[in-house]
Amino acid sequence: MLIKRREFLKTTSLATASLWLPNFLHEFGRPGVLAHNGRILVMLQLSGGNDGLNTVVPTRNDIYYRERPRLAIARETALTLTDEAGLHPALTSFKSLYDEGQLAVLNSVGYPNPDRSHFRSMDIWHTASPASEIWQTGWLGRYLDAQCKGCDRPTAILEIDDTLSLALKGEELRGIAVQEPKRLYDSANSPFFRDYLAVKQPQNSPSGQVHDDSPVGYLYKTMAETMASADYLFEKSRAKATASNYPNSELGRHLRTIASLILADSDTSVYYLSHGSFDTHINQTGQQERLFRDLNEALGAFAADLKANGRWDDVLVVTFSEFGRRVSQNASGGTDHGTANQMFFLGGSLKQKGILNPMPDLADLDEGDLKFQVDFRQVYATLLKRWLKADADDILGEAFRPMGFV
Amino acid sequence: MPVSKQLKLQHLLWRTGFGPATADWKSWESRPESTWWSKIKEFSTGQPEYYDVADNAVKGLLLGAGEIGRMESDNLDKDKKRQVRRQSREDLRNLNVRWLNEMIYSKAQLREKMALFWHGHFASRNINILYQQQLLDIIRKNALGNFGDLLRAVSKSAAMLAFLNNQQNKKQHPNENFAREVMELFTLGRGNYTENDIKEAARAFTGWGYELNGDFVFRRRAHDEGSKTVLGQTGPFDGDDVLDILLRQPQTAVYITRKIYRFIVNEEIVPEDRIQALATRFFQRQYSITGLLDDIVGSPWFYAPENIGARIKSPVELWVGLRRTLPFEPQDPLSQILVQNALGQTLFYPPNVAGWPGGRTWIDASSLMLRLRLPQLVAWQGDFNVSTKDDDDQNMGEGDALRDRQKRLVSEVNWTPVLDLFGKTPDAQLAEQMARYLWQLPEARPPLDVMEEHTDRSSRDKRIKTTFMQLMATPEFQLC
Repeated sequence: MLIKRREFLKTTSLATASLWLPNFLHEFGRPGVLAHNGRILVMLQLSGGNDGLNTVVPTRNDIYYRERPRLAIARETALTLTDEAGLHPALTSFKSLYDEGQLAVLNSVGYPNPDRSHFRSMDIWHTASPASEIWQTGWLGRYLDAQCKGCDRPTAILEIDDTLSLALKGEELRGIAVQEPKRLYDSANSPFFRDYLAVKQPQNSPSGQVHDDSPVGYLYKTMAETMASADYLFEKSRAKATASNYPNSELGRHLRTIASLILADSDTSVYYLSHGSFDTHINQTGQQERLFRDLNEALGAFAADLKANGRWDDVLVVTFSEFGRRVSQNASGGTDHGTANQMFFLGGSLKQKGILNPMPDLADLDEGDLKFQVDFRQVYATLLKRWLKADADDILGEAFRPMGFV
Repeated sequence: MPVSKQLKLQHLLWRTGFGPATADWKSWESRPESTWWSKIKEFSTGQPEYYDVADNAVKGLLLGAGEIGRMESDNLDKDKKRQVRRQSREDLRNLNVRWLNEMIYSKAQLREKMALFWHGHFASRNINILYQQQLLDIIRKNALGNFGDLLRAVSKSAAMLAFLNNQQNKKQHPNENFAREVMELFTLGRGNYTENDIKEAARAFTGWGYELNGDFVFRRRAHDEGSKTVLGQTGPFDGDDVLDILLRQPQTAVYITRKIYRFIVNEEIVPEDRIQALATRFFQRQYSITGLLDDIVGSPWFYAPENIGARIKSPVELWVGLRRTLPFEPQDPLSQILVQNALGQTLFYPPNVAGWPGGRTWIDASSLMLRLRLPQLVAWQGDFNVSTKDDDDQNMGEGDALRDRQKRLVSEVNWTPVLDLFGKTPDAQLAEQMARYLWQLPEARPPLDVMEEHTDRSSRDKRIKTTFMQLMATPEFQLC
């Protein structure tokens, strides 16, 4: 094949790129989201099922030490939080944030009839469905549906990855997945795509309206939104690219991208990213420690950056995992799939801080696993209602009483 | 607006297969319209070959000595389970590529297309390669046969019994998962049964299990012999009785008909009276799948403009269709699995028990941009620089060897069929004639100015190639 790549895919400068945009997309000033209240949610998924008991360690619990002779983290090694709880020793930044009142831990979060399959349990966390039901849309996607009626680009929710998670897929709208804004920009703005869209778009919606309900209309609409989003995000990511130091890990690079977008006042209200794999069936100690070191350095840098720029109060970082792990260690130096787990909340404007509820009760287990005390959908309701000021009941399809930590 | 003969033929080939293979197009065009459908069916007669890609070590563990073969699968020790899992992961990739090749090269397009439908309908995630290849064989053998036979065989497959936890469904501890999904997803659809029907049916399925080698086994001691009431009928039913009861419900025919209609005809516009009429005949003819397809394809509305080009190709349809349209062979066959991952449809890994939701859910910003760039990535040997999400169910936290593979889709493109087909077309008509072949939208016209501007005009050969490539890098090409 002799065609030269550059014949087709010349990159263009932003200046020329904005010329071709159809008129309805032309104004960058038009909001991608209606009602963005300036608050930012960063959802950090710890994929694979993080072992919560070796994350927030129950340092006074004999059952813990009895069931994990090989894996338990010694009281002296853990970073002390309270009389009965300590953090995994790699999580030093978390400890500092805790000391500053900028971290909260919610223990035993889960849902009734827990599923121990990764993909099914992750599905449940992504869709916020009851365990007995299969839903095809994600909770943040439905938030986008509610927030973004009639807006031009779905930049309100953004996943830092190459492919989009179910959590960000709504009924009508889908969020954007982008690993690096420049790469999306380069691939979206080939001269051919640009010229092609410019002539085809009006033809496909003769009235000049964005909404043509046919499948081809939907494809054109998505293409136009993608190119507009690619422009927007690329511009924003460069406008105030953060000068702070981030570790050169994947998570570090991703959080750096997020920080740059936040500092440039991108209209994104939810960022989504994943870290893993925490599926530690064998030799857990080394793997969890390595992942936590990455997590600790990257989040530490992120918090410091936003603080230095006066934005930490606007941000709430939330961690979750599809499930926790079995209380007892297994025979391979690891742990098997469990159920309930803790969630972390990090940010500059928490209303309640520290450890929000009792540590898990290891004497009262369900087939060797923790019983959940807080439904994760109640947490979602809190994030939606209290933090993002959205209609949580509508998005979750059920009313959950919001909690008081934000 | 009138639908041309060419468009009709392409429509038929896309909906009952994966589109025309460019090398075959001329022979299709020469056939009289009245013979198309019978030819398509003729190509799909005959038994499909059983794919056996399972590694000998896995078979040794699962099929091995008679002693082991009689053990329940639960009894396989942990290390052996891990070994089976690890090897199965590799083998499943080979099974994926093997089936993909069948879709691309087989003349039995109708069978493979319907097999893909049933693969989504009877969605099963199961890491065991032996069980997966058994289930695929059941589906391919029965894809065009009788839905009742298919349902019974799938329900007794190790892959499905394992996936839906029926091995754990015992008299003392009924597990309702299997009974629930059989009613909700395989036969009646939601809202056509009660929770009590599920409870009672679950009792009837107690004792249904499988042996290590995948053979169905009925464990009488675990079976609840008592009387059950399912959908208004009462008796000491077993699993077979419940499946018979479900097949006697006209609603089952309606549910399956609607789903097939959405797959073959139109995902969005589904006239209810049409479904009812088709379902009545489907039911009367005891669930003959080919009979239902005869009715659909033989109806004048099948070729109505609203049904042409109205379907968003699934990632597998897009990829297979691309390889039929522009023949190429990836140097690393497994790179095709990365494409499936990145676009959201990986064979043998449905997102959940309900299968792939399809339609517009295939499309988001990143998947659309990748779809548009796909022909170029293949033909230009460009970097396929997309990282896909890990699957912890597959990986057990061990990382994914696929991610470390060379992420290139390097392919040897065979342009001969395209050059043969369009070699005599004058320059001025090239784009429009190609668009008629590559696009299924009756009213869409390529923007000639833009096309011309971006075409490599340095030689006739390059003009043909670049024009063809451009037309595939469009939203229109995503539809069939």
